[in-house]
Amino acid sequence: MAEPKKNLFQKVWDAHRVSELASGQTQLLIGTHLIHEVTSPQAFAMLSELKLPVRFPKRTFATVDHIIPTDDQSRPLKDDLAEAMMSELEQNCREHDIQFFGPESGAQGIVHVIGPELGLTQPGMTIACGDSHTSTHGAFGAIAFGIGTSQVRDLLATQCLAISPLKVRRIEVTGELAPGVFAKDVILAIIRKLGVNGGVGYAYEYAGPVLDAMSMEERMTVCNMSIEGGARCGYVNPDAETIEYLRGRRYTPDNSEFETKAAAWLALASDDGASYDDVVEIDGSAIEPSITWGIHPGHNIGISESIPTPHDTPDEERAGVEEALEYMDFVAGASIAGTPIDVAFIGSCTNGRISDLREAAKVAATGHVKAGVRALVVPGSADVRKQAEAEGLDEVFRKAGFDWREPGCSMCLAMNPDKLRGREVCASSSNRNFKGRQGSPSGRTLLMSPAMVAAAAIAGEVVDIRKSH
Amino acid sequence: MSNTNDELIRIDSVEGTGCVVRGDDVDTDRIIPARFMKVVTFDDMGRHAFEDARKAAKGKHPLDDERFSDAAILVVGQNFGCGSSREHAPQALMRFGFKAFVGGSFAEIFAGNCTSLGLPCVTLGDSDLAKLMGTVELDPAGKIEIDIRTRRLTCRAGEMSVGIPDGVRHQLLEGDWDATRVLMAAGDRIEKTAAALPYSPTA
Ligand code: SF4
Repeated sequence: MAEPKKNLFQKVWDAHRVSELASGQTQLLIGTHLIHEVTSPQAFAMLSELKLPVRFPKRTFATVDHIIPTDDQSRPLKDDLAEAMMSELEQNCREHDIQFFGPESGAQGIVHVIGPELGLTQPGMTIACGDSHTSTHGAFGAIAFGIGTSQVRDLLATQCLAISPLKVRRIEVTGELAPGVFAKDVILAIIRKLGVNGGVGYAYEYAGPVLDAMSMEERMTVCNMSIEGGARCGYVNPDAETIEYLRGRRYTPDNSEFETKAAAWLALASDDGASYDDVVEIDGSAIEPSITWGIHPGHNIGISESIPTPHDTPDEERAGVEEALEYMDFVAGASIAGTPIDVAFIGSCTNGRISDLREAAKVAATGHVKAGVRALVVPGSADVRKQAEAEGLDEVFRKAGFDWREPGCSMCLAMNPDKLRGREVCASSSNRNFKGRQGSPSGRTLLMSPAMVAAAAIAGEVVDIRKSH
Repeated sequence: MSNTNDELIRIDSVEGTGCVVRGDDVDTDRIIPARFMKVVTFDDMGRHAFEDARKAAKGKHPLDDERFSDAAILVVGQNFGCGSSREHAPQALMRFGFKAFVGGSFAEIFAGNCTSLGLPCVTLGDSDLAKLMGTVELDPAGKIEIDIRTRRLTCRAGEMSVGIPDGVRHQLLEGDWDATRVLMAAGDRIEKTAAALPYSPTA
């Protein structure tokens, strides 16, 4: 009898199932656990209260990203609280024999950037991290969950999570992207169409010609923001592109063993004819460069569209639109192009990789940051920084008036000194435009692709990359 | 608080006096402002519960009202605990001294985080909720009892039926709310599943 057809999510889930729990949840084994300084210290503290060891220290990997300054990383860190968090992480890693990728290792960076870089992220794995953007790792055909601090404790103690089964929605992006349209625009368009809560209870499988044509870094950008659409995780089926990316990485096998692995990875892809709980099609050719105008990532429009008006908004969304317009101090019906900006931020686990910096540098090479605009480029990892410097991108940015920084999360959530001040408007390549997200309680964030951020930095206002470059 | 190494803690009722924080859509940022996330333990978190709101109220916040100082049950409005998923919010309230929450409704992640700490969140209809809030404010020393098994709440204003999802009720009654303990019970099936995985993290 033929094997039943399965999608990748089902295959990976089944391989990691330990048991079914009385609560109706599944006890799922997590192959790789990534930790960082913000959500792990309390979990380690709870673990020691329970007098439990770390069950699989070799399946746990640590780095420091959220609180680390991007100007001066010398120790002790100037911020005492940040120094305390970092020392605590180092101490926990030493004590429990956990591999720590700190600044001296040369491999430090945003946890979702270094996982793939090191080859720690591989197809068919289950991965978890106390950070909502863990969905990024799904680009490799892994099932990756962002978790809370108690779950970090559970994982340290048992390498397992108690988790409810998910439905799977296949999202097919058809056609071909137009010039000036990037992966960031694709995921913003998906979230706009399906809503910020549309993915609750789902894993998203991204597919179709547009995803097939994407590089691994572009797929990571798409998967990264799955959580902003409410999905618990998102993934892309492994293919030849995936295999080539993983070849020769620090944690992937060599030579003939690699070829055997690669064949197994490819076999994990969803079977032809596998069933889904839902299928959605999106016309990729129709996607424009996108930009947020409001206070969540679903509040986004194409650059040529105008800012929504409350009376043209469906009833259930109207209050949200009104609140967003008031907070942003934007005029309903006005054009978003031409909005003046104060700050430009290129970086984050969404768009802080080498290909992002290359696209932004192409634009930066054509001009100079407008007087009065603060612009910073924060590489996603030490490796990205090194590569960019080898290609001379740092020089391009510096010459154009951008600050060139050390790796970290930086102004994505502003737990380090990089923050907005007052009502500043920031063109940002990050993933969340929530009120106060970038460090000022009244600061305003416009999410867009890194190339669009660079173009806005030069123009001093939001511009359509297709017209300006 | 966790009971992994001790015997099972079954929670079938919570008793104590109440405290009322009125208002709907109270988000986790208000419960525990983000700047208190820069810490390495939750130990000190109780002090910072509602810190900004309490500062703004200059001593007039219910959490600073002496009449409520022994309260074990926090009575709230609709959609309590919305916003960021930070577990620091229920941790702060637990360490402040609350053992259960009664409200119109609770944000899903907040309620889930509460369950994993053994803190029941139960819901009341509008008129019962208004009655309970009124009674607690009039008579702060009045006892409230929440019976998880029978889904009843008893207070001076009478008996009311409360809402709690079946799965959560089961977890509390069976002592299964502590995920670490539940997961530990799988014993070496964890190692067996791990050994059967087609990958190991070392190259
Ligand atoms: S870059 Fe932003 S979203 Fe990504 S891990 Fe850091 S803080 Fe989280």
